[in-house]
Amino acid sequence: MATRKASGNAAKPGANVSKDDLLSYYRDMLLIRRFEEKAGQLYGMGLIGGFCHLYIGQEAVVVGLEAAAKEGDKRVTSYRDHGHMLACGMDAKGVMAELTGREGGYSKGKGGSMHMFSKEKHFYGGHGIVGAQVPIGAGLAFADKYKGNDNVTFAYFGDGAANQGQVYETYNMAQLWDLPVVFVIENNQYAMGTSVQRSTKSPSLWQRGAAYGIAGEEVDGMDVLAVKEAGEKAVAHCRAGNGPYILEVKTYRYRGHSMSDPAKYRSRDEVQKMREERDAIEHVRQLLLTGEHASEDDLKALDKEIKGIVNESAEFAKESPEPALEELWTDIYAEAAPQNA
Amino acid sequence: MATEILMPALSPTMEEGTLAKWLKKEGESVSSGDIIAEIETDKATMEFEAVDEGVIGKILIPEGTAGVKVNDCIAILLEEGESMDDVDSSAKSEAPAAPQDDAPASVPAAAKSEDDTPAPQANLDPDWPEGTPMKQQTVREALRDAMAEEMRGDENVYLMGEEVAQYQGAYKISQGLLDEFGDKRVVDTPITEHGFAGIAVGAAFGGLRPIVEFMTFNFAMQAIDHIINSAAKTLYMSGGQMGAPMVFRGPNGAAARVGAQHSQDYSAWYAQIPGLKVAIPYSAADAKGLLKSAIRDPNPVIFLENEILYGKTFDVPDMDDFTVPFGKAKIWREGTDVTIVSFGIGMTYALEAAEKLAEEGISAEVIDLRTLRPLDYDTVLASVMKTNRCVTVEEGFPVASIGNHLSAVIMERAFDYLDAPVINCTGKDVPMPYAANLEKLALTTTAEVVDAVKKVTYR
Ligand SMILES: Cc1ncc(C[n+]2csc(CCOP(=O)(O)OP(=O)(O)O)c2C)c(N)n1
Ligand SMILES: [Mg+2]
Repeated sequence: MATRKASGNAAKPGANVSKDDLLSYYRDMLLIRRFEEKAGQLYGMGLIGGFCHLYIGQEAVVVGLEAAAKEGDKRVTSYRDHGHMLACGMDAKGVMAELTGREGGYSKGKGGSMHMFSKEKHFYGGHGIVGAQVPIGAGLAFADKYKGNDNVTFAYFGDGAANQGQVYETYNMAQLWDLPVVFVIENNQYAMGTSVQRSTKSPSLWQRGAAYGIAGEEVDGMDVLAVKEAGEKAVAHCRAGNGPYILEVKTYRYRGHSMSDPAKYRSRDEVQKMREERDAIEHVRQLLLTGEHASEDDLKALDKEIKGIVNESAEFAKESPEPALEELWTDIYAEAAPQNA
Repeated sequence: MATEILMPALSPTMEEGTLAKWLKKEGESVSSGDIIAEIETDKATMEFEAVDEGVIGKILIPEGTAGVKVNDCIAILLEEGESMDDVDSSAKSEAPAAPQDDAPASVPAAAKSEDDTPAPQANLDPDWPEGTPMKQQTVREALRDAMAEEMRGDENVYLMGEEVAQYQGAYKISQGLLDEFGDKRVVDTPITEHGFAGIAVGAAFGGLRPIVEFMTFNFAMQAIDHIINSAAKTLYMSGGQMGAPMVFRGPNGAAARVGAQHSQDYSAWYAQIPGLKVAIPYSAADAKGLLKSAIRDPNPVIFLENEILYGKTFDVPDMDDFTVPFGKAKIWREGTDVTIVSFGIGMTYALEAAEKLAEEGISAEVIDLRTLRPLDYDTVLASVMKTNRCVTVEEGFPVASIGNHLSAVIMERAFDYLDAPVINCTGKDVPMPYAANLEKLALTTTAEVVDAVKKVTYR
């Protein structure tokens, strides 16, 4: 999925995008949503424990940016990571089985919802400490620049994380050393129960980069095409050796912060309004239907196919055994040099 | 097919709750995302959203019911066109597979039991072949040579930190490295420990082998989240897929008269963390051999140096590729009456004390641990079984010190061999004072080590 061909800039949304591209964005976003709904359900059944941060509502962000990526590009994010993993092509079964803490999970059940990795897909976690993935992302970019390739790293973080000091330490060094990293602020307007307005008086998060000389822009995160377009611009900037780029992607999380969120910090109406008026999946669905790229029946069939993938992942995640007890004592130290490169 | 709506777990700890209110009635249709009920847990009242769409066929648990167990069926959701008559047999088939909880509660005892381990034996292999020519070097020069040799040998090794390049190192450990390797591989950073430690962890994930220099380990407290959460734990959390092969190094512990915030010994802090390795050399030969091993190690290594030792001169073997393995203590002095165990700068007190004690006819065996993780328990235990007495020496704080840990291990594995309780000589339980006289008192002293030995030997 990281190797989709780019399509030209659209004057009118959707006007210039190919049917195949639109369909694949729709499919990828829908897979994330259905997967997350299923994860929520399994959590309710006690099959998933601890924290479980769902990505529902934010699908267009990662799907749009993955459309701008090429093979070799890297990504790193926070604990709200299931969507990122599916979008970069990681297997739904392995992700779901990690959520249930089973042997078939990406980390053999030892990482959990917040800590998954895939060397193969260049997915570097899954980090539980708010803001910590930001310098790690810059470090991945540092390694690519050191090796002299043209890969770019996407470092995703939230509006809450954007207030952490280490982010600004990283901005400074990333610009100082021209590191090829796209800082993606997924501004879903809340950090747990704290709205952006209650955590900062600066009107825009991306503009803070200006203090370090980093270019950036705000993007409508409910419009996958706008995200992709901005992503292509950011990636081109990085690949050309111009250093980092900041995208502040305005998005919205429909569900609670994690699974036990009493949701007293925002009104039901606010959520409902977003869902009804700005839903990113519905947006593409309309583009597909009005552009006569797909019929209602086509989309129903697609929906069914995706439900199948998700159900299969859930079955796998239930049936995969718990890790062997000996696994407690493995993977603490590496014996031979890990092949990170 | 009809679906059972189950009482959800709404928090990591919830086992049951009160079904406070139904917001949908039987016969009403729901679509995914609709709130169908309100559920009270001991912490909060939460809204319960529908996942699937359909029609509420039957409500099985009336509102107001308390003590409803997680996963109990609370209602039946019908698909379009279905009726309750179709249900009874089909609904049950979707019942969840309960998580397997028949697994034994504790970890396999065998993996950690010491019961049938053979009697501990010291590893007495020499560190270098007999007859190797020696040269005199300071610890500072030995550390620089170690880095330079490893950087020559592996393209991916680079050094990063404050003042490491143009300034040649705040303590001149990186003297000459910029000239030889250029600014791609010897990287000056801004004063942002948290940030550059994180960047180095990312670079290690990305295939490089960073050496991070902290100007002193006091400032690594800014970065300790990345050292422990990002570097030490990733191999485990990724199920073995990726880790952080890297070295965090710099001076640790008290220097001289630099006050409370610049004088802390972090040995015991890092020694506690699975996933880290911890080396703390005393001599120049060990500084060189251990640092070379640290740079090659596929794991994150904490390398604790000492400013006062930097200028001390020792014999260093003059050979092509000299390394010292981790987990092998060094017996500096053999003895029969007492075992003195120390590491790093603590060795200066230990060796001085042994000298003084010899004059009084007490024969002390002095062991330098050299690495705290892995720790060479066997060499310590074999010695204690011979001398039957033990004194530990370190500059760190007394609570939860390395000496405390060794005492516990010796008690567990050599209790019957002990003729006296183990004594831990440590720094005092106070922040480091600035005044010269108080500073001396705050650290451990040779006199304290001598007294402790006399106590355990009942002299
Ligand atoms: C250093 C740190 N502090 C606090 C927390 C607890 N915490 C977890 S997520 C979160 C909110 C973060 O919000 P944001 O960055 O906006 O990301 P979002 O959850 O909205 O994706 C907090 C406070 C943490 N994990 N790490
Ligand atoms: Mg947020």
